[in-house]
Amino acid sequence: MRDALNIRGNHALLTHANPLAKFVAVFLISLVLALSIDWVSATTALVAELALFPLAGLTIRLLWQRAWPLIIAAAIGGWSTAIVAADSGAVLRDVGLWSISEGSLELGLGFMLRGLAIALPAILLMTCTDPTDLADALAQKAKLPHRFVLGSLAAMRLVGLMAEEWQTIGMARRARGVGSQGSPFQRLKATLGQSFGLLVQAVRRASRLAVTMEARGFGGGQRTWARESTYSMLDVWVVLGGLIIGAGAVLTAVGAGTWSFVWR
Amino acid sequence: MRTTESSSPVRPAAISAEGWGWRHAGRSVPAIHGLDLRIEPGERVLLLGPSGAGKSTLLHALAGVLGDEEDDSDESGSLLIDGVAPRGQRGRAGLMQQDPETQVVLSRVGDDVAFGAENLAVPRDEIWSRVHEALDDVGLRTAAGGGLALDHPTAALSGGQKQRLALAGILAMRPGLILLDEPTANLDPAGVLEVRDAVSRCLDKTGATLVVVEHRVSVWKDLVDRIVVLQPGSAGSGSKTGTPGVLLDGPPDQVLSEARTMLMAAGVWVPGYVPATRARHIQPGTAQLLLAAQDVAVSRERPRRKGFKTVPPVPVQTDISAQVRAGQALTITGPNGAGKSTFALTLAGLLAPVDGRVSAAVELSEGAGIDPFKWKADQLISRIGTVFQEPEHQFVTGKVLDELMFGPKHLGHGEERVDELLERLRLTHLVDANPYTLSGGEKRRLSVATVLAAHPKVLVLDEPTFGQDANTWAELASFLSELLDAGTAVVSVTHDQEFSAVLGGTELRLGPVAQGESTHQEAGAA
Repeated sequence: MRDALNIRGNHALLTHANPLAKFVAVFLISLVLALSIDWVSATTALVAELALFPLAGLTIRLLWQRAWPLIIAAAIGGWSTAIVAADSGAVLRDVGLWSISEGSLELGLGFMLRGLAIALPAILLMTCTDPTDLADALAQKAKLPHRFVLGSLAAMRLVGLMAEEWQTIGMARRARGVGSQGSPFQRLKATLGQSFGLLVQAVRRASRLAVTMEARGFGGGQRTWARESTYSMLDVWVVLGGLIIGAGAVLTAVGAGTWSFVWR
Repeated sequence: MRTTESSSPVRPAAISAEGWGWRHAGRSVPAIHGLDLRIEPGERVLLLGPSGAGKSTLLHALAGVLGDEEDDSDESGSLLIDGVAPRGQRGRAGLMQQDPETQVVLSRVGDDVAFGAENLAVPRDEIWSRVHEALDDVGLRTAAGGGLALDHPTAALSGGQKQRLALAGILAMRPGLILLDEPTANLDPAGVLEVRDAVSRCLDKTGATLVVVEHRVSVWKDLVDRIVVLQPGSAGSGSKTGTPGVLLDGPPDQVLSEARTMLMAAGVWVPGYVPATRARHIQPGTAQLLLAAQDVAVSRERPRRKGFKTVPPVPVQTDISAQVRAGQALTITGPNGAGKSTFALTLAGLLAPVDGRVSAAVELSEGAGIDPFKWKADQLISRIGTVFQEPEHQFVTGKVLDELMFGPKHLGHGEERVDELLERLRLTHLVDANPYTLSGGEKRRLSVATVLAAHPKVLVLDEPTFGQDANTWAELASFLSELLDAGTAVVSVTHDQEFSAVLGGTELRLGPVAQGESTHQEAGAA
């Protein structure tokens, strides 16, 4: 968790863009992809996104290491859609209840590509955006309340800490004789107990952190920002890029005659 | 709002308490009451007193972070900084607490230091000049102090560095009052000195008023010019001398010589005082081997999946060999990050070794198999007991008595030992209390008692004396020496040389971590 959120050492172009601009671009692409279920628009967006990898400092290797569960989930989702969706066109494989037809295969493929095409921009965003910079942009540019934004940011730091704490509590409880062995019911009970222990520690840590923040003057009205969140020409290109990918996906699909709104 | 020019010197704060008291919401007895105290601007005060005297409550109140208007806590008398209530003066006082992890707010060093100044609405350029200055002042930018860049991740800092970072964050607010609440209780000896020296430098430079709460007097004695001892048990009634709330007040040497015996009785670590402990009686010759580690490499991390590959964790320490024998103590020492605790947990069957093997002798395993990591939980607790650094991690019930009965109930025997343990570790009056509500020393004693209730032959303790007052320390050391004489093997991870001296036995010193290289361990008589 801590490693995944650390973008130190990533000097790619998109790390310099304003997080809010990147956010808007991601939103535009996701919006378009959520409208249709065809495979052409998804493929177009996906290809464009893959082309953006170097700009965000992401490589296929890194992507696989960080997001392999997501990729596998998309593949499984696509495969099961292909099996269970209503058949249309020539039937390719038929095993009793389950059958794959041209129509359902196309739907499954579209489903898988779409899943990836929607997930990728978010991964790109995370790869090239520092959470602190995102918080700065949300508070200074999007004018979200700073108490909320900075509170969440500080809490997020605790999440990584809690992951370590979970492991320690697990060991500490095993040393008391609370095992993770036994029947599923016993395991569930042990996990619940461990969760309670973690909850207690999380509350303790959170209240101490809150005291630390309050003692540093947090929570007052006026506040200045050490880091100014600014827009540059790059951000215009980022938003424009999002718009182009989104519009490009729609136009290609309409041109190919595959565009179909989800509600139809 | 205060002026925030960088040229304006820090204005030291004055504190005055008149009949001040505070009762926390939901408590019937006030944490502190009837306190009369004046601290002049620029004074450096060490605040002493037994646990429960309300020291932390006082610091929190001065930091302006105590209670809300809504809850039903109760304030009496007055507590003022420069004649004004602390709550209304954000940034006038800076507070450092005990747990380094929660003293860090943001994930980059520079941002974290800037946080307080931002909240005080200091102009941007001014903030960064303060950040640079503060980091220099606490010594985090010198090569020896780590030479940290502004974007250095705060998660990668040691405990001592985190506390110095917190101090820098406080300094950047330019407070007239610095409050330290057991700032070094969680640190190793090197970290303690790091933080103490940084505080000393900063006070010399700014002239700010200091109030520090700490058990270990010797660390702070030469830095402070006044020691105030608070009345035990909070209630000011029945005081023989001085004002209610304050038991003793004066220059360090005077207070320490006048009240040496009283402070020692209260568990304060008076300089040059090592509490009397029970000596080992039996010095076993060749004792029974119970547990052995051979060429072990350790890590807290489990093998990680990266795509299709499974990557074994990078060990924090390699090639460790050690033997645990009945009735003998093994002390694991070494610098921070050398993998001491990780090795102890591996030895205790709680972590699987990355390489090498940990094996239990037949006398210990009694049919449970050779590898302690593979034992079932109830097999483990009756053979190897582990006491964690943080007692709360091991509490599994809501009552002290249930906590002690937990092990014996699972095992189906040993319930008769519980009364003896309660008596021996002075927990009898607390049987109905909730473990989470106990004091630090009580929690420590309880966590040792609960593990011993299962009657293990090997006891493993991780930093058992961290942050403990002298009384708990002495009790613990004496109790363990008794256990040793009775034949239990005691393995402890500790920085505390006096403690290892009481236990005797062998010392296993883990070297500093050399990544990828094998380090050799020296084992010698302690």
